[in-house]
Amino acid sequence: MADTLKESKAAELRGTPFGRPPVIGPGYTFASITDKIASIVLRKGTPRGWLVGFGISFVFTMILMNTIAYLVLTGIGIWGNNIPVGWAFDIINFVWWIGIGHAGTLISAILLLLRQSWRTSINRFAEAMTLFAVACAGIFPAFHTGRPWLDYWLFPYPNAMGMWPNFRSPLMWDVFAVSTYATVSLLFWFIGLIPDLATLRDRAQKKSVRIIYGALALGWRGSARHWHRYETAYLLLAGLSTPLVLSVHSIVSFDFAIGIIPGWHTTVFPPYFVAGAIYAGFAMVLTLAIPIRKYYGLEDFITQRHLRNMAKVMLATGLIVGYGYLLELFTSWYSANTYEGFMMKNRITGPYWYMYWLLILCNIAVPQVLWSKRMRDSIPVLFTVSMFINLGMWLERFVIIVTSLHRDFLPSSWGMYRPTIFDFSMLFGTVGLFLTLIFLFIRFLPMIAIFEMKTLLPESKATEAAPHSSREKPVLPKAGGPQESLA
Amino acid sequence: MKKEPDLYGLLAEFDSPTAIVSAAERVYEAGYRNMDAYTPFAIEGLAEAIGFRKNSIALVVLVSGLIGGLSGLGLQIWTSAIAYPLNIGGRPLISWPSFIPATFEMTILLAAFGAVLGMLALNGLPMPYHPVFNAPRFELASRSHFFLCVESKDPKFDPVATRQLLLSLGANEVSDVEH
Repeated sequence: MADTLKESKAAELRGTPFGRPPVIGPGYTFASITDKIASIVLRKGTPRGWLVGFGISFVFTMILMNTIAYLVLTGIGIWGNNIPVGWAFDIINFVWWIGIGHAGTLISAILLLLRQSWRTSINRFAEAMTLFAVACAGIFPAFHTGRPWLDYWLFPYPNAMGMWPNFRSPLMWDVFAVSTYATVSLLFWFIGLIPDLATLRDRAQKKSVRIIYGALALGWRGSARHWHRYETAYLLLAGLSTPLVLSVHSIVSFDFAIGIIPGWHTTVFPPYFVAGAIYAGFAMVLTLAIPIRKYYGLEDFITQRHLRNMAKVMLATGLIVGYGYLLELFTSWYSANTYEGFMMKNRITGPYWYMYWLLILCNIAVPQVLWSKRMRDSIPVLFTVSMFINLGMWLERFVIIVTSLHRDFLPSSWGMYRPTIFDFSMLFGTVGLFLTLIFLFIRFLPMIAIFEMKTLLPESKATEAAPHSSREKPVLPKAGGPQESLA
Repeated sequence: MKKEPDLYGLLAEFDSPTAIVSAAERVYEAGYRNMDAYTPFAIEGLAEAIGFRKNSIALVVLVSGLIGGLSGLGLQIWTSAIAYPLNIGGRPLISWPSFIPATFEMTILLAAFGAVLGMLALNGLPMPYHPVFNAPRFELASRSHFFLCVESKDPKFDPVATRQLLLSLGANEVSDVEH
């Protein structure tokens, strides 16, 4: 009885309503939070599991590098896409990766503005995921241009040819949106890292390590004035990132929606793409967070409540995505347009019917188990559902892109699309690159924001209860007082 | 008051946010102005307690965002209507609705740079050397302890009296910070 009371009191102190599990395990202090997270980075020797995981990911990264080398030497004919399916794996993978990135910004910016304190322990990690996903995404359009060494032509710069890009093209919007997104995510991630880099600098035993983290920390010393400006800048960045993240996937969806291809030309695309992006992103956060929290023993920081909340976000965004699918069906019927109607029939019953039904299974049917509280609390179920969603969101882009393109207006120009081995080696190669970067990140940088975790402790707030006698004059000792205090 | 030439200030160590905020308030009330607090995380009310009330980050972000948006829009209008006009069936050259995405992205991009670079510049970072790092136990400022530094350039600073004041406010320890 006494214990329950104590626990509920502790939960109250941690700012959570009665009965709700806290966002951080009990018994932590400022020092122990710091030491626990910093020790993952500063420990001597590298755990065997990390080496094995990194090794496997690195093999796939090398497969990616070899594919790209062969691609550049030969040309994009090594891929399966050809007219009429001019966009295939390259754009599917691009949209898939960009979508995965969105959860990071959502967690770090939107949940910050909404004062969701549970975001704290997953935001650093999700931001890193955003950066790496955007890096993987960028590879595809960059090489799809066919002559990647001329990609800088996409940027407006004064040149000897006297030419300028056409800003009326959604592909130009894409360049601006994705490059801004990558840059702002990097800035947001780095600004969040500065105080933690200073912590690592101060905790490091070896001089060389201290110098590296010290240089990266830019001389951060935790001054109150600095913190004041820092908090303002961080909040403003969150405010700027919120419309940015919504704009990025909207603009990605314009690549399709501005076109006249049946199945692309629809106004529901921007919100439906954004919801899908958040859906995919949370699934990827869960896919990565579940094994990592287990392996590094971070159950006290990434608690059951975090997993449960992420499951709820997935359920909600998944329903929005389901609404998008329904609306696609509805518009193709309500438009009374022959081509739209045929496109939808072809999508559901045509040669790629199994992709459509797999998509419905992965994105709509399976995630409904998350309605059950018991299922949301089961880690194996959550992991399995997140894997289904990862696959489902990839299938969604396949269905949108390939089934719309392969049979459009004239039956004489219909065709089929089959991926080649190089399509797959690029896809799995970027998965390898993504995981390689994640492994490097968790080894060399604090994967949980140390300074933000400390603010979850109730004692991090200055209280008025202390002898705060502002009216009372402090007793000033006379100059040249007792000398022993100088010793 | 005479001050030792190589003394940057006195650094007092506290255990809790509450202790440092009330100590900072009382040191400020005692008339000291040149001081700073060093903490592992932001503490509400601490910057105000040492007399720092306003920061100009928001203004920097606003101005840089406006520059980004206007220059982005200007660039698009100039390239599309003046430098490289494309006559497509006589449609308007300044087709502003299609300029919205890049204008928006440029606004965000420059505003974000303004927030980060503005914060670093106003904070005087990167700063490779600062005397406060010479103090013993200062490495705890990024871990678990809270420090208040009264600087020797303050007109009221006195090595003995200031130390006494800091100790009377419940500091664990007061140490000299050398240049």
